[in-house]
Amino acid sequence: MKGGTFKGGTHPFGGKDLSKDLPVKKIKPSGEVVYPVSQHIGAPSNPIVQVGDQIKVGQTIAEAGGFVSTDICSSVSGTVKKIEPRLTVSGAMVNAIVVENDDKYETVDGFGEDRDYSKLSKDEIRDIIKKAGIVGMGGAGFPTHVKLAPKDDNAIDYVLVNGAECEPYLTSDYRMMIECPEMIVGGLKVILSLFPNAKGYICIEDNKPEAIEKMQEAVKGVDKVEVKVLKTKYPQGAERTLIYASTGRTINSKMLPADAGCVVNNIDTVISIYNAVCKNIPLIRRIVTVTGEGALHPQNFEVPTGMNYAEVLEAAGGCSEDTVKIVSGGPMMGMALFDLNVPVMKSSSALLCMTKDEVAEHEPSPCIRCGRCVSVCPSKLVPQKMLEYAERFDNEGFEKIFGMECYECGSCTYVCPAKRRLTQSFKETRRSVLDARRR
Amino acid sequence: MSKRLNVSASPHVRSKTSTKTIMRDVVIALLPACIAGIYVFKLQAALILLTCVATCLLSEYIYEKLMKKQITTADYSAVITGLLLGMNLPPSIPIWIAMLGSVFAIIVVKQLFGGLGQNFMNPALGARCFLMISFTGRMTTFTLDGVSSATPLAIIKNADRSVPVLDTLTNNGTSLFKMFVGYTGGTIGETSAACILLGALYLFVRRIISWEIPCCYIAVFSVFVLAFGGYGFDINYLAAELCGGGLMLGAFFMATDYVTSPITKKGKIIFGICLGLLTGVFRIFGGSAEGVSYAIIFCNLLVPLIEKVTIPKPFGYVKEAKKS
Repeated sequence: MKGGTFKGGTHPFGGKDLSKDLPVKKIKPSGEVVYPVSQHIGAPSNPIVQVGDQIKVGQTIAEAGGFVSTDICSSVSGTVKKIEPRLTVSGAMVNAIVVENDDKYETVDGFGEDRDYSKLSKDEIRDIIKKAGIVGMGGAGFPTHVKLAPKDDNAIDYVLVNGAECEPYLTSDYRMMIECPEMIVGGLKVILSLFPNAKGYICIEDNKPEAIEKMQEAVKGVDKVEVKVLKTKYPQGAERTLIYASTGRTINSKMLPADAGCVVNNIDTVISIYNAVCKNIPLIRRIVTVTGEGALHPQNFEVPTGMNYAEVLEAAGGCSEDTVKIVSGGPMMGMALFDLNVPVMKSSSALLCMTKDEVAEHEPSPCIRCGRCVSVCPSKLVPQKMLEYAERFDNEGFEKIFGMECYECGSCTYVCPAKRRLTQSFKETRRSVLDARRR
Repeated sequence: MSKRLNVSASPHVRSKTSTKTIMRDVVIALLPACIAGIYVFKLQAALILLTCVATCLLSEYIYEKLMKKQITTADYSAVITGLLLGMNLPPSIPIWIAMLGSVFAIIVVKQLFGGLGQNFMNPALGARCFLMISFTGRMTTFTLDGVSSATPLAIIKNADRSVPVLDTLTNNGTSLFKMFVGYTGGTIGETSAACILLGALYLFVRRIISWEIPCCYIAVFSVFVLAFGGYGFDINYLAAELCGGGLMLGAFFMATDYVTSPITKKGKIIFGICLGLLTGVFRIFGGSAEGVSYAIIFCNLLVPLIEKVTIPKPFGYVKEAKKS
């Protein structure tokens, strides 16, 4: 079984053993639940509830603020307490709807009722997905209904379900593949019904044999769906590398997967699509892995969106004394938190407690031009030169050597023997280039 | 939570490889060839190698202390420079010349240009060429067992082309086998091709160096000497050219020096090809039988140009659509 792969990439320490065999546990928030209006790429959603309103589970509390935007639904029942800026994972203050949970979990009418997707039209399906507030749950948070509405439905050849989960430590997608493969296949079938010419691939790295087995069983007898085994390598789950590894097609930063006839969705996103379309349950939960050497009891949780991170960590028994860094997401692309009082958002995949901060441990030393960054870059860039331009604030030079093709996977920084902070500089430079373009 | 957490941009993990571990691997890879040199040239070779390493470390330490820079002697890079310079000196060289060369390598070639990673040519080779120009006679006198003799390469270069290479070597008291295993006149480090290859193998296994530079270098050089060497298609001649002189040491240890070789894959291939051609030209058409050092430092100067034209096209690159 030779897996599909791509050129470059790295093999960071896996760390998945900490939580991979722990079944997903459902937890519930107490007290206030916070829904930032910007949990996705695109325009923020507009709140449609007032302070003091009584709301129910599954009720839409904010509506899409444009085409590239999405709705937000409540995961609890209770009273709208405040609408005010709140701290989010990224460190930014974002306008948020704060709901006081009444612990009754009263649901809206029709919540959880079975629905036959084959009787729905394509537009109805897309509308349900939009109203359910579904976004890419792998991290980027791109509104899914936009992804599922390419210019030409017939031009889509592949629907890829991203089960690579190449980030070290994360096991949320893995657990879902083990525990509810039929929901993943169900969601994939819904997506396939939108694209008459498409085949469905469920892409899994070869370090997850149990998941591959489960999924292969689940797709048996399902038309046009198969499991694609990929080589274990970071960043296999990045959209561009995933498309290349499973279909041999290439896209660059200016293209969408649809330009290569592909639609890519993360495992949890596909499950949310299944829930929304077939069960009438909007996106109000997600799987969060609490893990890392500092986590006292690593866990995989099903967490209602809006729940406080500190509460999630508490539910897992907290973290050890020697935890020095807590990251939302994986160690390669996740965001370090300085305050745990932030809400779980649609794209929050993990809470990683690290007892060792390798960034602080290693002061950068001069570049010895070893070329490791060049050989691992999945976008075939020259990070060493990009850094030279970035450090000189030469945005023009940075763009000229294709710096904007970088998607900040962190591979170059991971392998750098001089421990230089490449990705960090690229992030800054890329933001400043994008800002300048907007002006 | 009352505790203060560290915050930084991702990625939050780092690989175990560091500049120090890489440099240490290179030192380990150089040891077999050093030991062969000491075995063949005895105490004198050991003294020179030791002097070079010690002087390099000391010069780096003193310079950085005086300039109030961070002391970097622990990263093994000065050790490599010292070893390589020592390996590039004839065993009969006076100690003070070895010291002078070491100071030149570290202070002039490396530190004055900004230290580790900033030097535009290989410090050891820069120093060797400096010594070659300053002390030509002493730098080109090679002794073996106390007897001054011509190197096999010089013998072949000046030999009658009608006599087979093997006979020429035998008549001068050496053989291909001796050249490969390492019992010929020459500099300390280049005497044993076998030991150099052993070290190179280690570097390949540890993934410190990649195939592009050494393979292109040796392949192009081979084709060149077969075409222009005057012996026709003679495998023995080729073997003598490959095992003799500094080619092996140069191709695996000095041309592959990270700082002074191109960073892109295509650039490395072009760099290797240039080296092969230049070494061939210097060895066959030049005044001396050797050409590796000059070829490498000359090509070091080409690196920025090579890199400029070999920036790879990124993943999924498509030509910009023409704006009408």
